[in-house]
Amino acid sequence: MTQSVMVQVGQCGNQIGCRFWDLALREHAAINQKGIYDEALSSFFRNVDTRTDGDGIDIYKGKICSLKARALLIDMEEGVVNEILQGPLRDVFDSKQLITDVSGSGNNWAVGHKLYGCQYQENIVEKLRRTAEHCDCLQCFFVIHSMGGGTGSGLGTFVLNVLEDEFPEVYRFVTSVYPSGEDDVVTSPYNSVLAMKELNEHADCVLPIENESLFNIVSKIHQMTNSGKLGSTVKQNSLITSSAGGIRTDQAKPFDAMNNIVANLLLNLTSSARFEGSLNMDLNEISMNLVPFPQLHYLVSSLTPLYTLADVNIPSRRLDQMFSDAFSKDHQLIQADPKHSLYLACALLVRGNVQVSDLRRNIERLKPSLQFVSWNQEGWKTGLCSVPPVGHSHSLLALANNTCVKPTFMELKDRFMKLYKKKAHLHHYLHVDGMEQSCFSEAVSSLTDLIEEYNQLDVSKGRPRTDPPRLKIAI
Amino acid sequence: MSIVTVQLGQCGNQIGHEVFNAICSDFHSTHGLCSKKENESYQEACKERFFSEEKTGVPVARAVLVDMEPKVISQTVSMAARSGCWKYDHQSHFCQKQGSGNNWANGYSVHGPRHKDAIMNLVQKEAEKCDRLSGFFTVMSMAGGTGSGMGAFVTQCLRDAFPASFILNQVVWPYGTGEVIVQNYNSVLTLSHLYQSSDALLVHENDAIHKICAQLMNIKQISFRDVNRVIAHQLGSVFQPTHTSERDLMDSLVPHPEFKMLGLRNIPQMSENSLAYSTFTWPGLIKHLRQMLIAHAKMEEGINWQVRPPLPGLPVSQKCSPSRAPHFNTSVANLAILRGKDVQSVDVGGFRDAALYTSWLNPQDAFNVWKTPRAFNKYEKSAALVSNSQFLLKPLDDIVGKAWNMFASKAYVHQYTKFGIEEEDFLDCFTALEQVLSSYASL
Repeated sequence: MTQSVMVQVGQCGNQIGCRFWDLALREHAAINQKGIYDEALSSFFRNVDTRTDGDGIDIYKGKICSLKARALLIDMEEGVVNEILQGPLRDVFDSKQLITDVSGSGNNWAVGHKLYGCQYQENIVEKLRRTAEHCDCLQCFFVIHSMGGGTGSGLGTFVLNVLEDEFPEVYRFVTSVYPSGEDDVVTSPYNSVLAMKELNEHADCVLPIENESLFNIVSKIHQMTNSGKLGSTVKQNSLITSSAGGIRTDQAKPFDAMNNIVANLLLNLTSSARFEGSLNMDLNEISMNLVPFPQLHYLVSSLTPLYTLADVNIPSRRLDQMFSDAFSKDHQLIQADPKHSLYLACALLVRGNVQVSDLRRNIERLKPSLQFVSWNQEGWKTGLCSVPPVGHSHSLLALANNTCVKPTFMELKDRFMKLYKKKAHLHHYLHVDGMEQSCFSEAVSSLTDLIEEYNQLDVSKGRPRTDPPRLKIAI
Repeated sequence: MSIVTVQLGQCGNQIGHEVFNAICSDFHSTHGLCSKKENESYQEACKERFFSEEKTGVPVARAVLVDMEPKVISQTVSMAARSGCWKYDHQSHFCQKQGSGNNWANGYSVHGPRHKDAIMNLVQKEAEKCDRLSGFFTVMSMAGGTGSGMGAFVTQCLRDAFPASFILNQVVWPYGTGEVIVQNYNSVLTLSHLYQSSDALLVHENDAIHKICAQLMNIKQISFRDVNRVIAHQLGSVFQPTHTSERDLMDSLVPHPEFKMLGLRNIPQMSENSLAYSTFTWPGLIKHLRQMLIAHAKMEEGINWQVRPPLPGLPVSQKCSPSRAPHFNTSVANLAILRGKDVQSVDVGGFRDAALYTSWLNPQDAFNVWKTPRAFNKYEKSAALVSNSQFLLKPLDDIVGKAWNMFASKAYVHQYTKFGIEEEDFLDCFTALEQVLSSYASL
């Protein structure tokens, strides 16, 4: 069994991270009835004997003593991390997993990446090494951050570079929250595009998330549960926005519901690696199957169902509805419509009591309405995990490598150019040591190239298929 | 004569487990179909072939379990132990922590060489437990990374270490519409490599077995366990003792090294409920089996009875291209295995018809039949046909076509070159398989 380490950077990254650890504990508590530290738990948690001094000795078997998250919490302001350490999750982290500063990055990618990057590099490397040493077989680093600010965006991508240099064999999956059009941070286009270049070059897989989509999902659930129609019959802990059953008992924070969705995304993504199933799908398989060319590693994700009704008998019609929903644009975690764009590859990870025939039936049913690239007409990667998430009898995570990310990137570039043409706010960046105009031009050039790759693929969409001639054998 | 089974990857281990289950449940109970005394010698032969004795009396499977991640093996071993009828040797498995990531190159070039010694040691130990080792039976899928890549590597090692023993690879072909996106690459790489070291490849297609589950077994929500049980039943019907050795199986079915792909058909196949109400006659079973062979049918429903063998004396029909499947399935060789009541009286003349076979073989040599009065697994009469014929021509052509299509765009190739499989290696494999396709097409 392998281990994964979370690296949460910046305010957004840490808030999502916090929700992740809460829900992860909830998930394992629901499954692990005997309190034994098992392999599944070890993928995200260490079992530590806290009676001894120092780092605590790792206990690999037997009863759970004290669980410590395999995580690194980085923020250049103290507020968020302090809150975590004073909250109910405080025992899950120890002080050696934190890197904080006081003044923040001022929503400036250059400050996060160049200034703090340089300043904290050694500290970061040391703490990463220590976390890795506690792992028997480290498979993946999950970086969680937002793109629009300064710390998550700048320092987060700096850490990504460090991960590639120090641990080249370990996968780097990045969950990036992209700013929406009406973002209140004026310089968010700069920060995002500068960060994109780093993601292009140093990430294995990126899962882009847009707040607008999360917000819409939260509203939708709110509507459904409060409209009185289904209200009483929805299982509260089944909502993908819910913290019910977790450790937190205090007042939920405004972004909690949205962040829970992302936390559930990460839990589902790793479920087949942690739990058994008839067709396992590990993280290295996700990267292998969904990344046909190194630069095209942006995956659009969707989670269904959003909630489960309390009645126990779920007819297969509902099961099929779950599959249909996964492809609807309302369920995607970015503002995109995969059905009307071109699929390069698609992965379906099903959890719970779903068998291969259900999977096949739904793939056959949905295939005609989806367009796949000519060289990957049957481009499906499937996984079946027997253990469902808390509150559900089954669930589905769909990951698509689809050209529908293009509009998001194009809008980002437009917003960037609007500011850049006028050189607005540029001086804030350029006066940071190590930052030059070329950083901007290279970043936008990298983004342009990426958009062009997607364009080329889209152009091939309507074309009639000509298969390449096969090899001829002389008999 | 003993067989050592090597289970590779998730699929290989899951199926291997069901195979031992099927064999054990078959020799344990006679279902009232034969006397206790008759059963005893059958049991002895079964046990010797697939199990070794342990002091506790519980038979221990002659198997080596290999996987690059631990979950499946630990599940498989514990399920077997819980059955109480048989178990695995608790030391006879090898696993790592991080899987092969569906990457054939990772399985073949990285994990294979790295763990060769450890794995071959386990194989050697199992081989030494056998009084007389007949050969090896490997179970794997070709879509993933471990079964396919490591499986190809291990097969090579087996061939080098045991030149006198037979190697039969049971290969599972994935569903046509995706289980793994790079399955066609992995399949092409696996098949071309296995062709060099293996004696024969016994193929099961998930799509075909799925249909059997749906239409013959009447299973509503088909799980991989159901699929694996059907495969296990089919394999059991070939491997259970009949007083003949497996070496003969290879020799009779693979007269020429260019033709190594074997298919398996088993009749009758139905749910237990239906079995109670059905009776079979040998002529009926033989007739259906023969038509299944010549009309490319994979099960006894939906057979096309219009297909007939070409009449002798007429000019040979134009050699077909692989993509247009020949209407009539020409065979290189066939082996029928008949089990059950009144088996001695069965007339298999229909299978000796020269029209079924390619012209360069004498039909007397091309067809063999094994018979045993001992019924198999609740079926009063059952017949299995192992055939070396054109039935895999179209499926193989599809796989090679899709892989070639993807290769032309260079998609995913960087994932393989990362681990040392270069474009030239791909081209070699494509060439090898085009050769195989061409040979089968010209039968």
